[in-house]
Amino acid sequence: MAKPSSASSSSSSTTKDAQDLLRALWSAYSATPSNLKIIDLYVAFAVFSALLQVVYMALVGTFPFNSFLSGVLSCVGTAVLAVCLRIQVNKENKEFKDLAPERAFADFVLCNVVLHLVIMNFLG
Amino acid sequence: MAATDAQTSLRHAFGNVLAFFILILIGVLAFSIRLFSVIKYESVIHEFDPYFNYRVTQFLTKNGIYDFWNWFDDRTWYPLGRVIGGTVYPGLTLTAGTLWWVLNSLNIPLSVETVCVFTAPIFSAFASWATYLLTKEVKGAGAGLTAAVLLAMVPSYISRSVAGSYDNEAVAIFALIFTFYLYIKTLNTGSLFYATLNSIAYFYMVCSWGGYTFIINLIPMHVLLCIVTGRYSSRLYIAYAPLVVLGTLLAALVPVVGFNAVMTSEHFASFLVFILIHVVALVYYIKGILSPKMFKVAVTLVVSGGLAVGFAMIAVLVAMVAASPTMGWSGRSLSLLDPTYASKYIPIIASVSEHQPPTWPSYFMDINVLAFLVPAGIIACFSPLSDASSFVILYIVTSVYFSGVMVRLMLVLAPAACILSGIALSQAFDVFTRSIKLQLPSLSVDSHVNAGDASSESVVPDDTVKTDKTEDTHKERTSKKSKKKEKEPVEKPPSKSQIKKRLLVLPLETSIIAIVLLVLLGAFYVVHSVWAAAEAYSAPSIVLTSHSHDGLHVFDDFREAYAWLSHNTEVDDKVASWWDYGYQTTAMANRTVIVDNNTWNNTHIATVGTAMSSPEKAAWEIFNSLDVKYVLVVFGGLVGYPSDDINKFLWMVRIGGGVFPHIKEPDYLRDGQYRIDNMATPTMLNCLMYKLSYYRFVETDGKAYDRVRRTEIGKKYFKLTHFEEVFTTHHWMVRIYKLKPPKNRIRGKTKKTKSKASSKTVSKKQGIKKNPF
Repeated sequence: MAKPSSASSSSSSTTKDAQDLLRALWSAYSATPSNLKIIDLYVAFAVFSALLQVVYMALVGTFPFNSFLSGVLSCVGTAVLAVCLRIQVNKENKEFKDLAPERAFADFVLCNVVLHLVIMNFLG
Repeated sequence: MAATDAQTSLRHAFGNVLAFFILILIGVLAFSIRLFSVIKYESVIHEFDPYFNYRVTQFLTKNGIYDFWNWFDDRTWYPLGRVIGGTVYPGLTLTAGTLWWVLNSLNIPLSVETVCVFTAPIFSAFASWATYLLTKEVKGAGAGLTAAVLLAMVPSYISRSVAGSYDNEAVAIFALIFTFYLYIKTLNTGSLFYATLNSIAYFYMVCSWGGYTFIINLIPMHVLLCIVTGRYSSRLYIAYAPLVVLGTLLAALVPVVGFNAVMTSEHFASFLVFILIHVVALVYYIKGILSPKMFKVAVTLVVSGGLAVGFAMIAVLVAMVAASPTMGWSGRSLSLLDPTYASKYIPIIASVSEHQPPTWPSYFMDINVLAFLVPAGIIACFSPLSDASSFVILYIVTSVYFSGVMVRLMLVLAPAACILSGIALSQAFDVFTRSIKLQLPSLSVDSHVNAGDASSESVVPDDTVKTDKTEDTHKERTSKKSKKKEKEPVEKPPSKSQIKKRLLVLPLETSIIAIVLLVLLGAFYVVHSVWAAAEAYSAPSIVLTSHSHDGLHVFDDFREAYAWLSHNTEVDDKVASWWDYGYQTTAMANRTVIVDNNTWNNTHIATVGTAMSSPEKAAWEIFNSLDVKYVLVVFGGLVGYPSDDINKFLWMVRIGGGVFPHIKEPDYLRDGQYRIDNMATPTMLNCLMYKLSYYRFVETDGKAYDRVRRTEIGKKYFKLTHFEEVFTTHHWMVRIYKLKPPKNRIRGKTKKTKSKASSKTVSKKQGIKKNPF
């Protein structure tokens, strides 16, 4: 008698925990400043398009492999660089407090230019 | 205060200028210590592999980059040919080609050969500057200068970068150190700009050398180490994640690597750690925005759910990797990870002398004094332990392991040993000079910067007390003991910073003696390095010399033979020899060869090996089927040259026997011993290699005494039936034979049942070569 109720209570407690967790995450995330949210949106878009390309590759096959690689790696690459930009621009980060956000953005643009030059070359 | 500030900035400026001039001197030293072979012999390209690189560079400078990129070489590996554009690491040739082009457009008409010969010393100067930069990031400028001067002279690096050694390692070591420097700089500063430069430097490394897999496995190992020891920071993410993405893309751009950049096990470590660092970054981010209670809840949820997904993915990955027989690793990498792998499965890799494990004396020969200083450097790196110093420790540990597997990889150990020894020496000098500085009374009156401004007030009254005493004892330097006794009560009341300094201060005599001993140690190192560069590592091995009672003998037989070939044979004639001489033959004699040093096709090499191990007729058949006109054999028995083909013959048998089972190694050994005297087996005495090496050898001294094997040979008088000798060099070191054309009619016994058919086939088909396979 005690066991099923404890099992159901544990499962219900885990679902309650999950809901609490999600609510806490959502409220904590809404507190971030809007420029960081824009960067996060960009990252999510890049990852989503990478996933789309993987699904497309699974459907159509891997020939020409270099085009697939360059497409996926350009999305993943620009997502990674945007995360680096977010790290450097985030005001709560103590390590980067004397780095001007303009400089961080300029580095981001430079790295993206190099990345896309390579992508253009590799695209075939 | 203003005076001390001006003094410190003046001191810093003076230090910087001094460091700059020292660096220029180090560059000149690195360049000039490698010039011994040019002075002793001539400006010539050494060994075997550099001749291939030289030929490729010649092609590049003559035909331009597009033809080079798409070059299909039909003068080698006849009849297969070789795709040069897709199988060569282009970094070295592109670098030398660019250098030549820049110099020529500035109207400095250096020939391609000169540029090729001197590329290695120039890049070794760059490599020592890169070592300075790297060690400066780890420990400071003093350690940097020491490490740079050690690298400029370390014999292991000299051996692969003398003037004339135009091989991949000449530029690759510079690229390696520079990539590591940029990685550490990104790790220390967290700047995305340096991360971009890091990826570009890594691209240069991938272009230059197959050893780039060391970088792409060492850096993920270091990132993993930092994560596991709790040193994760956002700078680590910035240093690693862009490198993986950009680096993989750039590596895939190089045709030699191509899709191997994403498909072989050598790169999997970087992807696994890439995923791991994202997980860790996400965990840290969520930890930052949640309260601790909610974080615990998140952890339990994720661990239970995520573990199942993780296991599924790992199972898929393991299945994919296990599907390939070598678990996705290439043969060369496997022979590094498992030192017994090559001798069991790939005899060609096992037969190269550079791939053997080193002996203990070779450590002392190659890195000398640094072998003692490295453990001190490791300890110095632990106090304090930073990201950069943990990287250097990981680098030395892995490179020591790999250098123990293959003697050729002592070269990767050399920069790590120099960095750590530089750190150790610089720390030691720091402590000793500080001890001397704090204890010499004339120097302690100017309270130097290290005493600190906070303690300046307490130092001043001490100085006034001391000045009375110093005037008395100024002339009495010899009575050091009395000076110490007077100073101890004086220095007891000073401030805490002085007390802390006292713990690191050693007695004066000890410091002076220690500094003298350290300088002596450095002197021994310099003497050994110069000796190694001059005597041991400057031999071009295309020209040999020997000193005897009647002066200097020069053995220029190799170039004599190649010149004969280029002047006395047709352009399209094919030359067969063992694969060691392939590159030199194509570069200097300009003739098509059957196999060369690239050793990419084991069966083709085994064919040549079988031909060398077979009797004359069978060998003639094999060579005829490959359209060979000339056979080249290297023989050292007359002069005592030990690296000749008879000494390499057992490898030919082994490699040939690996593919053609009718060649069995025990047939050539008597009681397990390899002999060529009258106790040799009949198979040995009848094989082509024996006959071509010792044909007419008895005419030299009447007794046919082989100076290398130190016996008289077994069969002295014999004739060649299917080959004819066309050239033997001055010291009998290279012997060239021509294949005799098939006879017009066959004399002797032919079976009556086959006589009609055979005579018809002989008359009709004598032009068609019979393929023995």
